[in-house]
Amino acid sequence: MNSPEPILEARGLVKKYGQVVALNGADFELYPGEILAIIGDNGAGKSTLIKALSGALQPDEGEISLGGERIHFRSPRDAQRAGIETVYQDLAVAPALDIASNVFLGRETRRRGPLGSLLRLLDKRGMRREARRQFEELGIGVQSIGEAVGNLSGGQRQGVAVARAAAWARRLVIMDEPTAALGVKETGQVLDLIKRVRERGLPVILISHDMPHVFELADRIHIMRLGRRVAVVTPKTHTMPEAVAIMTGATPSELDNALTKERSAE
Amino acid sequence: MGPTGTLQLVRRVITAPTVGPFIALVVTMAFFSLKTDRFFQAENFSLVLQQVMIVGVLAIGQTLVILTAGIDLSVGTVMALGQVIMTKLAVANGVPALPALLLGILVCVGFGVLHGGLVTGVRLPPFIITLGTLNIAFALTHIISNDLTFTGLPKLELFWGRTFNISGTDFTYGVVLMLVLYALAWYGLNQTAWGRHVYATGDNREAARLTGINTDRVLLSVYTLAGLSYGIAAWLLIGRTQVGDPNAGQTTENLDSITAVVLGGTSLFGGRGTIIGTLIGALIVGVFRNGLTLIGVSVIYQYLVTGILVILAVSVDQFLHRRSG
Amino acid sequence: MRHPQGGERRPWRFGLLTALAVLVVMAVVVSVAAAKPTARGATVKVGLITKDATNPFFVKMHAGANAAASKAGAELIYAAGKSSSDNAGQITAIENMVTAGVKGILITVADAKAENAAIAQARAKGVLVIALDSPTSPTTAVDALFATNNFNAGVFIGKYARAATKGRKVTIAMLDEHAGSSVGALRHNGFLKGFGIKKNDKQIACVANGGGQQTQSQPAMENCLQKNPNINVLYTINEPSAAGAWTALKNAGKKPNGVTIVSVDGGCAGVRNVRAGIIDATSQQYPLRMASLGVAAVVKFANGGAKASGYTDTGLNLIAKKPLKGVPSKSVKYGLANCWG
Repeated sequence: MNSPEPILEARGLVKKYGQVVALNGADFELYPGEILAIIGDNGAGKSTLIKALSGALQPDEGEISLGGERIHFRSPRDAQRAGIETVYQDLAVAPALDIASNVFLGRETRRRGPLGSLLRLLDKRGMRREARRQFEELGIGVQSIGEAVGNLSGGQRQGVAVARAAAWARRLVIMDEPTAALGVKETGQVLDLIKRVRERGLPVILISHDMPHVFELADRIHIMRLGRRVAVVTPKTHTMPEAVAIMTGATPSELDNALTKERSAE
Repeated sequence: MGPTGTLQLVRRVITAPTVGPFIALVVTMAFFSLKTDRFFQAENFSLVLQQVMIVGVLAIGQTLVILTAGIDLSVGTVMALGQVIMTKLAVANGVPALPALLLGILVCVGFGVLHGGLVTGVRLPPFIITLGTLNIAFALTHIISNDLTFTGLPKLELFWGRTFNISGTDFTYGVVLMLVLYALAWYGLNQTAWGRHVYATGDNREAARLTGINTDRVLLSVYTLAGLSYGIAAWLLIGRTQVGDPNAGQTTENLDSITAVVLGGTSLFGGRGTIIGTLIGALIVGVFRNGLTLIGVSVIYQYLVTGILVILAVSVDQFLHRRSG
Repeated sequence: MRHPQGGERRPWRFGLLTALAVLVVMAVVVSVAAAKPTARGATVKVGLITKDATNPFFVKMHAGANAAASKAGAELIYAAGKSSSDNAGQITAIENMVTAGVKGILITVADAKAENAAIAQARAKGVLVIALDSPTSPTTAVDALFATNNFNAGVFIGKYARAATKGRKVTIAMLDEHAGSSVGALRHNGFLKGFGIKKNDKQIACVANGGGQQTQSQPAMENCLQKNPNINVLYTINEPSAAGAWTALKNAGKKPNGVTIVSVDGGCAGVRNVRAGIIDATSQQYPLRMASLGVAAVVKFANGGAKASGYTDTGLNLIAKKPLKGVPSKSVKYGLANCWG
């Protein structure tokens, strides 16, 4: 076994909302350069887990380490500064603003000199240029970077959100259901995009319900159930039905089989 | 900019969200110009601007609040309180004009901070909060003024009512201030990062937070600036009426400010709209009131038309919102 | 990502739709509203601004002004505040009427002082401004005042109330309208003088704001009764207020007949209430006279005559069902014959 150090690691995460236990001692590792898929049934805690990793919420218990160092994200902004970019399920784009504005939302650049520092004037042209460049590099075709995001279709908005994360990420990218509600062609485009992000050297955490995509893309599959990790499998060692069985809580024997396979794969 | 650049610019202008209200305003003005020759005169325009001035400035604050998907019902009464404080201190308590004015503005800003604090801290809906402060401000206005009207105000307090002449027509300084404030608000909303954060927060507060925007700070700043605009409106009101009036701000100002925002194409759901649209919306109402009187129609019809226009504007906004949602 | 189709045409189309809708709405409403012949040319324009448009007193004034204007061949432009204390609305109306070219403005000011600046500007432009019913402070703020002697209106009913309760212990309630109302202050103080008491007399149990209208006066009276259930003398600023207070008395199970209720106005509905015993006495005023005198004054001025000036008393009579010694009054029959509304 020659595993490199995980780039992102979590131990014993607990998150409660009143009586509801969303995370029940969840563990997690992400290794450099990989695409890690997180799967689990509804209510398994997937979104809660990544929100804890992305700074969107603070866990009640547990610890998280980035690059070996203990970190404590108090806001999404802290995670972004640490180089973690996230595409949330509801996309978090502002429809009234255009594509470039959305890419730079929260991190706008100002004009140089007193116009920027005193009058806080935005460098709109610069941001548009940079956004266009990022999109070209990621292979996304966009005719008008000044188009209001509200006028785009769902798939195009998704593309904007993914491109935004890809453009800013320095250490890793998290995506929560990036292809939900997309058509076939657009799904293909987003999947290509994810591959290109990995090619840039950034590991990707991917939550998805879409088993075929998961098995097409992921290097490892992290399976959650009832707020904790129950198994980590790979597409090479397990089949889709087996993964689903683990996810939904299969019978002990089926689970045993699956887990045995997992152990022998290490 | 080559030919494609110009075409893009033209397309951008035509599809701007303020196009609708702007056309409505132009059509209204054309209508009244045809019906009477007293409408299309510089003097009359100066008058309309003066009549729109108070609600116009109040509507700046209201626009900011509504852009964040909030609403402020206390607009008129907070302004009235500020105005009463400004005048009472100067007339009855012998306070010099400048500190009296600043204190009045400060009280209005204080209400703004209170609103912002309750919205972000306690997470109460703005409707409820401002419904409460509406009554508080109303009561304070009457308690502090003892229901007296204050006259004999110092010159500084009356400043914005003073006029200057441009080729034969008188304009008041107050109108100039209103236009300057709109320009500042436009700059803030369109040319700074803060403005974009306001739109993002209004569209989806949680989503904006997830992109790293400090939504609490944005909301606090919006409500505080709104309070400031009410304080400035109070000063302008004194310039216009030349008295400190405890009955001010109770009838039309609250709803008129919202009407202006809605007619200007800003969505009550937040995240969508323009500040220039609000100015146009305020002008539409003012032009109607003015025009109807000029052609001899009872002003009662102004309310009828305004009501119909508001419903139209909101329906159009709903339609747009649903289509691109 | 492909460029969206039709996306940017949407706001444009709806912008046009909005504009068209505005045009249609305006055309319809204004045509309907302006169905009266818009006189052009040299017709004299007279402006009338009342406190609100719903109090029967002002409704009558408006009707009277209309009649007087059409008789004189003049055009009446009318405006009113949204409420009886809407100063901003009156100011805007004054300005717009001046622009519309009125020769004179008749106005019942909502506040004795708040309108003065706008009135001064109107007068500076050569417009005759006559205050109706409510005086301004100072009285020189307007060219002339055509009004009831509101102080005497209060004195008459004060005297009557005193005579009606002679020798008995009295507990008085007074329903005014908003502070700053000159009419309110005059009638209130007149009543005190007529009744023979001073401002802070211990017999006055309650002074409240009934807004000069029925719906607001009822709860105001209910609160007064809560404070002191033994009220047997009630002063009200006008008859709608008296009606509201009377309902409160009835609902409280009090015998309204045991309460001496006095008011001001002399509207037909109010005089009928006198006949029915609901109101004991009312000072009758003559808004029609105010309106017609006002219109005549403006027309006269427009035709080169002198500006009206000073105070013109438009008449006052005490109407009571039961005449009392020492208090001159007219009968209900007279009241009905001369009432308004």
